[in-house]
Order: sequence, then C-alpha cells, then structure tokens
Amino acid sequence: MAAEATISAPSATDAGAAGRRLKHVAGKVGIYAALVFWAFVSLFPVYWTITTSMKVAKDVQLGRLIPWVDFQPNWLGWRSLGLSPDTIGQVSTVRDEFLDRFLNSIYTAFGASFLAVLIGSLAAYGLSRFQYKFLWMKNQDLSFFFLSQLILPPVVLALPFLVLYRELALLDSIIGLVLLYTLTVLPIVIWIMKDQFDTIPIELDEAAQVDGLGPWGTFFRIILPMALPGMVAAFILSLILCWNEYFFAALLTGAEAKTLPVMVASQTGSQGINWWSMAALSTAAIAPLVVVGVLLERYIIRGLTAGSVKG
Amino acid sequence: MALTESPSYGAISRRRRDGGRALVAAATVLFLAVGLLQALNSAGLVPLGLRDWRPTLYAFLLWSVALGVGQVMMRGDAGLKALFILPAALFTAAMAIFPTLFGLSIAFTDWNLASLTGQKFNGFDNLLQLIGDPFYWNAMRNMVIYVLFVLVEYAVAFGLALLLNAEIRARKFWRVVFLIPLMLSPVAVSWMVGKSMLEYRFGPVARFARWLGFNNPTFFTDPWIARLWIEAMDAWVSIPFVMILLLAGLQAMPKEVIEAAKVDGASPWQRFWQVVFPLMLPVSITAIVLRIIFKLKLADIIITVTSGGPGGATDSVSSFIYREYRDRSNVGYGTMLAMFYLVVIVIFITLLLKFLRKHMQRMT
Repeated sequence: MAAEATISAPSATDAGAAGRRLKHVAGKVGIYAALVFWAFVSLFPVYWTITTSMKVAKDVQLGRLIPWVDFQPNWLGWRSLGLSPDTIGQVSTVRDEFLDRFLNSIYTAFGASFLAVLIGSLAAYGLSRFQYKFLWMKNQDLSFFFLSQLILPPVVLALPFLVLYRELALLDSIIGLVLLYTLTVLPIVIWIMKDQFDTIPIELDEAAQVDGLGPWGTFFRIILPMALPGMVAAFILSLILCWNEYFFAALLTGAEAKTLPVMVASQTGSQGINWWSMAALSTAAIAPLVVVGVLLERYIIRGLTAGSVKG
Repeated sequence: MALTESPSYGAISRRRRDGGRALVAAATVLFLAVGLLQALNSAGLVPLGLRDWRPTLYAFLLWSVALGVGQVMMRGDAGLKALFILPAALFTAAMAIFPTLFGLSIAFTDWNLASLTGQKFNGFDNLLQLIGDPFYWNAMRNMVIYVLFVLVEYAVAFGLALLLNAEIRARKFWRVVFLIPLMLSPVAVSWMVGKSMLEYRFGPVARFARWLGFNNPTFFTDPWIARLWIEAMDAWVSIPFVMILLLAGLQAMPKEVIEAAKVDGASPWQRFWQVVFPLMLPVSITAIVLRIIFKLKLADIIITVTSGGPGGATDSVSSFIYREYRDRSNVGYGTMLAMFYLVVIVIFITLLLKFLRKHMQRMT
C-alpha cells in the first residue's frame, strides 16, 4: 500500500495537487474559524460583564456593546460598590460589606486548601509507600474509600451539618466552612498527590533510610521538595473549587461568615435592572480566578489530568 | 527494610507498649464520659449548664491525638507510618461518615426547625411521603435528562480537544482562553448569562434572537427551552474540564499509529473512528464518569437562575431539597430525600463502574 502511494504520487496531475492544496487551506481556515468561534463563546460573557459594569441605564436598554465606539464608559457600577476612582477614598458601607465577604472567601478558600493539601499529602504519601491494613481494608480499599467521598453530594451533608453545627456553635463561622470545604476537596487532593508520589522513585526513600532518616524525615526532607509541583496543582485546584462554592455557604452562613458567591446570589433577585452594579460585583468576584487561571494554567491542567491519563 | 530501622524502633519494650495502650484507653474513656455527660445534660437529666457540644468536640480531638501517640508507642515504626494516613482517615470519618449516619437518624423524624416541638421519630412516614411526592420524582427525572446531556458535553469537548491538538499556532493561548469558563463561579455565571445575557428585553441573546426573526424570545418560560439553557450554562462551565482530560489523552497517544493510518490511505473520518476514537476510549470513559459524578451535584445555577421553575421543569434533586429546607425548614423530610438520593446514586455509580471498569483508566 505504502509503495503504491509513492509511485502514484508523481503521476498525479497539477489539478489534483492544486485541489489538495485548496483542501488543505480550507481545512486550516475551518480549524481557525472553529477556534475563533469557541473563543468567542468562552469570552463573550466575561466581556459582556466587564463592559456592562461601565454602562448607564440607556446603554443597557439600547444594547450597546463596544466601549468608546457606541457608548461612553462610566464608573457607575464601580461607584455603587465604592470601588471607582472617585469613591475609593470615601467611606462606603457597600465597599465595607464587599471587602468583608471578599476576605471571608479568601480565608475559607486558603484555609481549606491548605488543610486539605496538608492532610491529603500525608495520606497520599502513606498510601503510595506503605502497606496498610485496617480491618478488612488494604491500600487499594483505603484509596477507594477516600476517592469515593467524591460521590457524596453536598445536599446529603448539608442538613446534618446544619443541625450539627448549630449544636457545636459552628454555624455561620469561618472555621466551620473551612472544615466542610476541606472535606469536599480532600478526595481530589489525595488523588493528585498519590499520582505525584507514585512518579517519585522509591529508591530515593530507601537511600534516605540507609542514611538514618525515619519515615517522617524522609517525607519532609527528601520527598516533599520533589512533590512540590503536584502540591501547587492540588492547592490551586482546591482554591478554585472552594472560592466558587455556593451550596454549603448559602445554607450554613449568615451575617458573619457569608462568602462572595452568597453575596452575589443575594443581590441578583432584589435589585431589578440595576445591571451596572451587579456586573461590577460579578466582575470583582470572578477577577481573582481569571487572573489565577491565566497565570497558573499549567498547574491547573496538571491537577486536572493527574491520574486519569497515563502516557 | 528491617536492617535500616534504628534499634529503638525495632524492639518495643513492654512498658512502652502498655503505656500506649493505657493512654488510648484513658482517652477513650474520657471521650465517652464527656459524650455521655453531654447527652445527659442536653436531655435535662444532669444540668451542667453546657450550651453547646463543643466539649465533646474537644474530647474527640484529644482522643485523636492520643490515638496517634498511642500508635507510635505501641507499634513503633509501623505506628509512625500509620500516622501519615490517620489525620485524613479520622477527618473523613468525623466529617463524612458520622454526619451521614447522623443524617440517617434525622431522616426518620418529623423534625422541622420552624416548629417548637423538636424532633420526633415517625418511622417510615417520610419515605411514604417521598414515594408520593410528584415534585421529587420530577426532579429525579430531570437529573436523568441532565446526566444524558453529559454525552453532548463530551462530544463538544472532544471536538475542542481535537481542535487544540491540530497543528495550530498559539496553542497555549487558545487553551487558556478555552479554560477560562472553568474558573468562574457558577453563581457569577448565573448572573452573567442567566440573568443578564438571557434577559428577555435587553439581553444580547434576546436581541440576537429577535434579529434572527423570533418575536418575543423568552428563555425560562417553556420547560424544554429552560432546561436547555440551564444545561447550556452548566456545560459552558464544565466542558473545559472534559476537554482538558481528552486533550491530555490525545497528546499521550502514540504518533506512529496515526501516521501508519495516514500512510494506509485512511481518510480523516476513518482515521478518527477506527484509530483515534477506540484508543481514546479509556480516557473518554474516565472523563464521562467523573463528569457524571459532578453533574449529580448540580444545584447552584438552578437555585440562582430559575429556582426550579417553570413549574419544576429545571429542578435538580439538590435544588429541590434546598428549597424544601429554605422555604419550609423541613429538616427531617429534606434529609430523607437526600438520603434516598444518595442510595440511588451510589447504586447507579456502582453499576456504572462495574460495567465500565474494564474500559477505564486505572483510577486508584
């Protein structure tokens, strides 16, 4: 077959070659057209939200789309949040509330990601290196036990936790939310970290033990520095999931520990067509993660593909 | 291994082992005693003046630490190794297993947070009410539809992964752009897309639909159109996840196989169906199963955009139970609904994994 192809190639007419080139160019155009189309689908809602935060009522009603061309950008939305250049120096209760929610989101997301990466990495290292036996469960079963928590839908835990947290005086507290978020991301962290530790040769552990290091010394001095990329990936993925979490936050927080998604959700109904301030709030809520996504994309992809694709 | 262990780990003295055992026993007794006293306190039998269950929580934490120390004392090196997995195991047991069992005990009560009478065991009343609850079964049916849509998401994601894997310039740029929706909070997306872009008067999508010739386009009044838009928003956020998995699979695929097919004169269409697709099956199935697991948790977008409307057409089980609690404070019945859902999805996922296991990538 291959031989036939090479023999027949020179005898092809010029018209055939041109046709092939045309087909090739058409294929390229098609690919780039599809890429541009999906880039538009991916970005337009973000573009729409950012520009809408700078529109006045008239621009919204007339469906203006392009700043400076068909509408004059205005700080209206950002002023209502107290974050525009002229209001940034003044006292603003809305801004205080926004910053409070923003900080709550940061505390919970970072706290939970840190805790999950800490205990998740330890467990993953143990599962990767040692042979455990607990009741009937061996390593394989223990791994599955941790992973299977991923199936547990938030709604199953939400109501029991509502009651438990009320009894434990943890309702509407950041620490309560941190513990729950840690639980939700722990399976993912263990998955990523186990994949990471499995790629580090066990000979390194053995060498460290010959040098007199115990299991904990080996872990902290030798293995941990090598597993850092995986830890960063697990941390960032946890951060994204915790930052965006709404269900638990909506049920278990009130005035004190309310996070940003709850604030965004609570504004959508009440304010009618006050689009510019909603758009500004949404922009502020998604901006940190868009930045993280663009800058740390490498780690996000690493985290997402851990364990699921073996080269 | 045995050679490298330092002598102190090798042989554990009897005294040390007994000490460890005593420590764990003492901590267990303390934990149980505190728990019992608290139970008596909250039952009003022994008034200790405790307002919450924090003491029991602290006793549990103390017990966990004692268990860890006891492991090392009793088992030496093996105990040190057990210490790696112990925090995560205890954490999961305390935060997932215990609340689930606790939830099971709530599920058989008529507990309503709004009523003053407190909880009362009511046997299978909740289960019977569930069986006769048309809104719950409606939400279940919607979940089936939403889960089936995963296949559409998969098809789109596969197309995008193929695009990104083609010979294109600035591959990293396109990849970052395609990934952005995944970063966004579903609640923010609810406003950005559901409440503003799909607004029937001024939203750009409504404007575009009118320009195409539709009179009065509305997106959340017809059941099927509403469901489609909810699904579209959820898909928009999650397609990048499936796409990234498939792209990694495509990039890990041996190039020679494709080249060989090319030399054999297979058309691109044949190459895809006869070579690429079969080779991608393990990654595909892994991606689809993971996506289904996440899809079964769908709630945020529905709660914030439609609250399940119109007439329950877009309700997911989670959003339905959320309202059962939010509007009626019906903890007992809501928990029964959730527990029943858990049983259904555990059976479903187990069967799914059983059928697909041999096609999947190794996961654990």
